Amino acid sequence: MTVAFPVIAAPRHRTPPLEIDAALATDWLAAFLYDELVGRRGITRAVLGLSGGVDSAVVAFLAARALGPENVHAIRMPYTSSSPDSLLDAQAVIDALGCRAHTIDITGAVDGYLQYEPDADGRRRGNIMARTRMLVLFDQSAKIGALPIGTGNKTERLMGYFTWHADDSPPLNPIGDLFKTQVWQIARHLGVPERIVAKAPSADLEANQTDESDLGITYLEADRILSLMLSGFADRKIVERGFSASDVSLVRRRVDGTHWKRHLPTTAMISNTAINEFYLRPVDF
Amino acid sequence: MKLAIVQNKPRKGDVAANVAELGAIFAQLAAEPEPYDLIVFPEAALTGYFLEGAVYELAFEASDLAQRIADVWRAAPGAARAPVDIALGFYENAGGTFYNAAMYVHVEGDRHRIEHVHRKMFLPTYGVFDEERFLSRGRRLQAFETRFGRMAFLICEDAWHAIMPTIAAIKGARTLIVPSASPGRGFSGPGELESVRHWRNILASYAVEHGVFVIYASLAGFEGGKGMTGSSMALDPFGETLATLPALGAHILRAEFDYSEIDVARARLPLLGDLGAVLPDLLYDDELFPNDAFRPMRLPAGAHGAPAVEIIR
Repeated sequence: MTVAFPVIAAPRHRTPPLEIDAALATDWLAAFLYDELVGRRGITRAVLGLSGGVDSAVVAFLAARALGPENVHAIRMPYTSSSPDSLLDAQAVIDALGCRAHTIDITGAVDGYLQYEPDADGRRRGNIMARTRMLVLFDQSAKIGALPIGTGNKTERLMGYFTWHADDSPPLNPIGDLFKTQVWQIARHLGVPERIVAKAPSADLEANQTDESDLGITYLEADRILSLMLSGFADRKIVERGFSASDVSLVRRRVDGTHWKRHLPTTAMISNTAINEFYLRPVDF
Repeated sequence: MKLAIVQNKPRKGDVAANVAELGAIFAQLAAEPEPYDLIVFPEAALTGYFLEGAVYELAFEASDLAQRIADVWRAAPGAARAPVDIALGFYENAGGTFYNAAMYVHVEGDRHRIEHVHRKMFLPTYGVFDEERFLSRGRRLQAFETRFGRMAFLICEDAWHAIMPTIAAIKGARTLIVPSASPGRGFSGPGELESVRHWRNILASYAVEHGVFVIYASLAGFEGGKGMTGSSMALDPFGETLATLPALGAHILRAEFDYSEIDVARARLPLLGDLGAVLPDLLYDDELFPNDAFRPMRLPAGAHGAPAVEIIR
């Protein structure tokens, strides 16, 4: 006698999902901004750097939802070499939201320093631009009694793809625990103009730069690998799940080489009251 | 029994402000036409949950806190008319030993009485949690008498171990009070956070398995980026959720418990009675306690099984 029982097969691997319930996350992140700004600090205005990219667009939409668009101050900070498309894409966000907008050209400030360092390479110049933008955001916040809001996503934080104490400096960041591919999902849910969501992400610090060519891996691939890596899977188990060994090793190198960028400066401890070692207080205390 | 679950958003470390808000909450509740019998607050309700080293500055001595709560209740306009029971989570300073605790206070006229203080036994110390770095763990799970029958506290992770509600039910608890502070995570959906779904699943399974009412009082608001998931709920002994609060924001849940439902639920599904018969065979088992020095129960040589446990009803 032969039998033919129907077989129902479970998937071989259950991987941590990158899919996100965008509506749920949006409500959560808007509540985070409101609680942190208005509830805890009594600050009703936010300042953010609007680059024309998807990360800062999402943060602008979230801040507008939390505080009202009239309380969101989007600052465009072009340098002379910045792509004109970036300014236009940022304008599309400003138009969509009806938030307040300011354009502050950082060329004078950056070149004021660089005239003494004419040989600075692209990386140094990029860092100087990023740190100048940080300076502008904090000063603009002080000017109007606002708080600067950060726009760095989890992928770039993990890959160390940011300028230390520049992009990561604002005291609040609603998207820092979202992988880039999750930022895209939320962007579409929020109605960020599709042109911004669909374009190749770029730091726009140098001409024709894209993140994915800088990083040597696509965001989708990087996010899938990072998600497994942070969940505790060993590199060989990740490769077993169909990722290329060279991609896994690239991501591992990036993450392990940049732990310091995700911390405050290392301080020599000499007492049993060392700050953040023995003297422990939460950030909201 | 008329119940209010207060899902509050304390200001971090600002006890004076949070006690003032307690007064406003009591005034709101006391202004309603029918008095409440029991008002339940979340874990760490007057300080916020993540305190790190500041817990040593902000922990309460239990009798001082009970006095303070009773005073605030009595000061609320209209509150003095009827007796009330108040349950809340707090950080306890017991003569220099610090606990994550919950107390149940009965207030009547100008007198009050602490019915019970439970000290959290399972102190989460992994990932975002660091409780055992700062706190000592409780050593005993007790069910305690109230004017509404026996109850037991399970504070947050206490309730993530199925053996805890089981022991509480065996000890006669008819109501499980679960004060909690649950930092939300897991947004793959649909519609609710993974951590909230987990709470709902385990609490419903405890309620139906043991035929008990469950009161889940959970903090709301953000603490340094970590959003507390609210979603406070009340469940009946059939495992049905009577009401759930939103994840975000301060709210009050109102519910009414009819304790005769426990008899109906247990008659329909007598799992707790069954457990009483089988539990000794499960526990009098050498394999459970391989380390002889820590074996709490020893069988006489050659003995097999043990007399049934009497379930306290």
